[in-house]
Amino acid sequence: MNQERLYISLERLTPYSKEFLLGLYERMALIREFEEQVKYLFLAGSMPGTIHQCQGQEATAVGVCSALAPQDYITSTHRPHGHALAKGLTPLEILTELFGKGTGCCKGKGGSMHIGNMEKGMPPAIAIVAGGIPIATGMALANKMQKRQEVVACFFGDGATSEGAFHEGVNMGAIWNLPVIYVCENNFYGASTHVSKVTRKESVIDRASGYGIPGHTIEGNDVLAVYEATRQAAEECRKGRGPVLLELLTYRMTGHSRRDPCLYQPKEEREAWGRRDPIEVLGRGLVLRDDIQESDLERIRNKVNQEIMDAIEDARQEPEPTLADLTTDVYA
Amino acid sequence: MRLSIAEALRSAIAEEMRRDPAVFCLGEDIGVPGGWGGAFTVTLGLEKEFQDRMIDTPISENGFFGVATGAAILGMRPIVDVQYGDFLLCAMDQIHSNASMLRYMSGGAVKVPMVMRAPVGATGRGAQHARNTERFFVGAPGIKVVAPSTAYDAKGLLKAAVRDDNPVMIFEHKLLYGSKGARAETGTVDATSEIPDEDYVVPLGTAAIRRQGTQVTILAWLLMAHFSLTAAQQLETEGIDAEVVDVRSLSPFDYDTIGESVRKTGRVVIVEEGPKTGGIAAELAAGIMERFGDSLLAPIERVASPDIPAPFAPVLENAYRPSPQRICEAARRLL
Repeated sequence: MNQERLYISLERLTPYSKEFLLGLYERMALIREFEEQVKYLFLAGSMPGTIHQCQGQEATAVGVCSALAPQDYITSTHRPHGHALAKGLTPLEILTELFGKGTGCCKGKGGSMHIGNMEKGMPPAIAIVAGGIPIATGMALANKMQKRQEVVACFFGDGATSEGAFHEGVNMGAIWNLPVIYVCENNFYGASTHVSKVTRKESVIDRASGYGIPGHTIEGNDVLAVYEATRQAAEECRKGRGPVLLELLTYRMTGHSRRDPCLYQPKEEREAWGRRDPIEVLGRGLVLRDDIQESDLERIRNKVNQEIMDAIEDARQEPEPTLADLTTDVYA
Repeated sequence: MRLSIAEALRSAIAEEMRRDPAVFCLGEDIGVPGGWGGAFTVTLGLEKEFQDRMIDTPISENGFFGVATGAAILGMRPIVDVQYGDFLLCAMDQIHSNASMLRYMSGGAVKVPMVMRAPVGATGRGAQHARNTERFFVGAPGIKVVAPSTAYDAKGLLKAAVRDDNPVMIFEHKLLYGSKGARAETGTVDATSEIPDEDYVVPLGTAAIRRQGTQVTILAWLLMAHFSLTAAQQLETEGIDAEVVDVRSLSPFDYDTIGESVRKTGRVVIVEEGPKTGGIAAELAAGIMERFGDSLLAPIERVASPDIPAPFAPVLENAYRPSPQRICEAARRLL
């Protein structure tokens, strides 16, 4: 593993506006702060349920969603907090759901693994591994049949590529040329099992040729690389040349769920990926620009901290669901 | 016009597709020119009128039930066809975890208006193309389940299902389709009906009294509704006046109609094709006990298949499938 600290070069940053780049930084910092505070709340016992977190994977969520139009769709997984925040759900509507309040984004009926907001282009996250892949394919089919321009970005992990639903869903997206971007966040572990133990292929992207679709492996902790690859994939989809498979190489810098201490992740590996922390990868590049100072980044980090702390306090004040809500929303 | 169930379903699908451009069909071998129109001819020829809305899928049941669900949440109204009800088991994750639950999980934000069609029943094909898989979808909150035994009901229920905003499963019986030509079935029972020219629906959630009677209520659906009518005729010659209720809606049950009959007769026989243990008859019996137990004059009788996979040999298969004789025996035990 490379010992160098990864950063995005000035040359690659130059074509973009300061506002855009700081926006990417802020969204990633917001996700990190959200996840760190949620972890604390969970460990302190003040948040119910279980949690699957995405510290270290902020660039995949933000890079992909920044490249989409607001009316485009995503589908997500059991690890959805980052995707939701990147797609524009507010910390408050998610936190309210995580606290099990009746005013959460799913009225307290979904919880951490099923957060979503259709008005913001995110159906409830689907927590059966690979279960969202046929769903995203069907959403893309609807868009195509209704002659709409929206694309669907379908998030899943490396573990999902061993599921039949992955094969079936991607194959149908391929045969019908659907406007869907299959986004594999390869963090190298399906729960605790290393990807090398479950496939003989070196890379997930080799699967793309099996379905006759284009596929690209991207440095997933480089938010700009993810953004650019997704923009290009979305353009292809809108021209009727979908689907596209993206493999985003990244790393989960936290447990699979709850109190997982990650003893299966070798120390050297963790340290190496620590040098590729996606927020720092962007931050180290940003300060090379004349118009961005370290103080700008610090200001953003303070801002998102305040935003999350405020949202937590607000979410705590929200009402519990009433028992009259128990049996509603089963049928339309 | 007198139509078979296969023809009635076909005309219902065509009319609904003409009425609403969001309706489309998805499944295996459903729209192949020169093909069969699905395994039992229901969609035969529809691809000529609806070229872009008869979508033939790969053999990927879990995948295409998920595709249908995804399309439904974005405003389409898919009718998904599975060739044999047994293959629904390949699609259990998408049906049970997504189609049925997305609405609740989203706090009511998502609608899943989709129709799922599945042929069931033991018909000379051995164990894996024979199961009555209705039982696996009764007790799945979020899904409605119907099982038409006549062509009139098949058309009306399918139309109601297409217009409903929920996932609706329609179970159809292979011996009731009246499929013709190469797809004709041995042992077919006549389920044709006079079909009116005008548009109509049969509301979901309703049972139908097929024969009025006073002494015993026989509850059945699909092929067993026909067998129960045959049994009732036999019982009449013995002086037993049986009422036959076509349960028709398996989720939810129409306890109003069922209850009225049970309170009148005080005696209940429930007939189910499929293993007795863990079947739909068990749920119905418990539901009747809870609601109308005070009206019962005798314990509820169940007539079902033994707890075995469906056998192949015709002599064994005929013993597996409840017969009019066994239904008569159960009714006699109650009187």
